[in-house]
Amino acid sequence: MTSNADAGATEPELGDYTDKPEGPIAAAVLAAGIGSFALGLLTTLAEANERVKEFLNFYDPVGPLSGKTIGAVAVWLAAWIVLHLLYRGKEVESRKELAISLILIGLGLLGTLPLFFQAFAPPE
Amino acid sequence: MSLTHHEFWTLVHGMVFGAVFLLGFAGGLEGLWSLRPHLMTAEGIRGRALRLKIGTTAMAVAAWGTVLTGTWIVYPWYREDVPDSPRSVLLADPAKEQWHHFGMEWKEHIAWISPILATLVAFIVLYYGAGLILHERLRRTTLALFVLAFAIAAIAGILGALITKTAPLI
Repeated sequence: MTSNADAGATEPELGDYTDKPEGPIAAAVLAAGIGSFALGLLTTLAEANERVKEFLNFYDPVGPLSGKTIGAVAVWLAAWIVLHLLYRGKEVESRKELAISLILIGLGLLGTLPLFFQAFAPPE
Repeated sequence: MSLTHHEFWTLVHGMVFGAVFLLGFAGGLEGLWSLRPHLMTAEGIRGRALRLKIGTTAMAVAAWGTVLTGTWIVYPWYREDVPDSPRSVLLADPAKEQWHHFGMEWKEHIAWISPILATLVAFIVLYYGAGLILHERLRRTTLALFVLAFAIAAIAGILGALITKTAPLI
């Protein structure tokens, strides 16, 4: 198995440690971005559309936040499982996945910012 | 000296899980920062890897504990449709309504990104263990994601503390 450990680094003594492929890391990084983006998207959609907000109201005492958070976590876990199956065993460097994930996390953060999502609220 | 049922759960949400989160972050940050070959012996690497696994896993568990108790136990009391709920108190006063419209609306959503990122960090550390020291680029990535998870939780935590100060949940 080839190693994607950083070339030129001082090799520390790790005994019988066998290096692992980076594919599962790339999958997890990308899935975290997708989950964060899903939260921002659901938050903004619920603000923009009353029917979406009602649909996301899974549990009355919590309101639409129940559906937004359950939905985002479900998307994150589903994405992680699918991506893990696709990436497992792959010798990749997760730079591209990290860049995509950071963009998705940024969009997710934007989608959860009230100044942003409240701009999509229908006029009263 | 006594705590009401609401105060007890607010304490668990903010202080108990919050303290574990902070401890996990401090330990994890130090561990990730110093996980570099020229700073450590072979024996030190193995010991550090174990503490790193414990610290990052504790932070992820605490992050999930915080958002789950916050959303499913404390938040329903906050938004209860009664005159003395914190939400009603804030919205009844134009000088305080932004604490709900901006503060609480941001806190209740943004907080959920932190456990996702904290879980990702814990996964990377558990996956590579001591071998993370061989992957300098990934170590720096993990460190950055770890700090981002903390920063997001800090925004939610600070807003929560200020909202509780303005309209306590009794």
